[in-house]
Amino acid sequence: MRRQTPSQTIGPFFAYAMTPTAYGRTGIASNRLTTEATPGQHIRIVGRVFDGAGTGVGDAVVEIWQADATGRYHHPEDDRGALPTESDFSGFGRTDTQPDGRFSFETIKPGAIGSREAPHINVIVMARGMLLHAFTRIYFADEARANAEDRVLSTVPAGRRDTLIAQPLDNAGASFQFDIRLQGDGETVFFDA
Amino acid sequence: MKNAVYNPRDWDSQPPYAHPPYRSTDLRSPKQPLVPLAQSLSELTGPVYGHRHVNALDADLTRNGIVNGEPLGERIIVAGQVLDEGGRPVPDTLVEIWQANAAGRYIHVGDQHDAPLDPNFFGGGRFVTDASGHYRFTTVKPGAYPWGNHDNAWRPAHIHFSLFGPAFITRLVTQMYFPGDPLLELDPIFQATADAAARNLLVADFSIDLTEPGFALGYHFDIVLRGRDATPLED
Repeated sequence: MRRQTPSQTIGPFFAYAMTPTAYGRTGIASNRLTTEATPGQHIRIVGRVFDGAGTGVGDAVVEIWQADATGRYHHPEDDRGALPTESDFSGFGRTDTQPDGRFSFETIKPGAIGSREAPHINVIVMARGMLLHAFTRIYFADEARANAEDRVLSTVPAGRRDTLIAQPLDNAGASFQFDIRLQGDGETVFFDA
Repeated sequence: MKNAVYNPRDWDSQPPYAHPPYRSTDLRSPKQPLVPLAQSLSELTGPVYGHRHVNALDADLTRNGIVNGEPLGERIIVAGQVLDEGGRPVPDTLVEIWQANAAGRYIHVGDQHDAPLDPNFFGGGRFVTDASGHYRFTTVKPGAYPWGNHDNAWRPAHIHFSLFGPAFITRLVTQMYFPGDPLLELDPIFQATADAAARNLLVADFSIDLTEPGFALGYHFDIVLRGRDATPLED
């Protein structure tokens, strides 16, 4: 067996390569996963990344990976039917945070992947000061019944589950808030994935 | 190997979240225990990027930022193989890199180090590994630069690497260092992996075979991602 290459921090100076729009270059992904034609319920997810002192983390990267509206991942490992065309919905988004820690994504609400799996978005967080990235998930408050049966949420201590649940910002289901607290009061649940 | 699970993160190799000598971890390290997560399709799938997402210039940092001449510095080749823990090549996976210029200055607007920018060096590159997991970049050797972590702190010369691998949980963001750099033993980021043998996987080897006569020195750097064994996915 070979040993895993250790992770190292993404550091503060990644933006011109990883999220380079402001540098006049095109990144491999952005915070907009959809076009007008993307099937499904279009949603906006907004949030902030906070450190242990409650200060916004202005040099974080948030990456999301999700299924499409039918609950299928655009990946060969998900062989439960024909894959959507790549121009349709890749399922991957990446953004940096604003100086106050804010971020947002334009995406669709993913379908449920299987039984006892509520709709969710997989999240990676990294930043200067994080030697390795953290895994978390976004669930949705308007899926209370599915969330109650979700096999992952059921393993999370009950008092911490709400850190994984995005809250609606309107009655139309069009926008949700999901904050990420790296440390301290209300620390987001991170997974040993 | 379909639906076999990936090996866990190797905590003898991976650094901890909290590492007091690296001060920025103080407020950015989770304190609650990680919650174990049984792998499902959400973890076994991941973003798919292919050869159509990169062009030849993306792998040549000595050319992809040219404005009015060639970048300054010592030209180098950085090449190697992306593998899993079983030694199997990881083909068709995206490798993104970024680095400071030869003077130790990033083009990033937040880098205030008083060293010159190079108008002909951008410092970012991409490559999609070939069928045998190999990648290859041409660039210039980045300079060391000071940072505020402690008195007279300097980062050793390094190149940032970002890889996806085949699944969301094979993601790796790391840094490659250069052999013989005296700053390595003083660097709390490099030293965050306590196990020296694991830590030294981050140091490239000089390679005369990769060195191009009359043009550039060669460095060899293999990257090992989480592998998967035969343990089947539950359900």
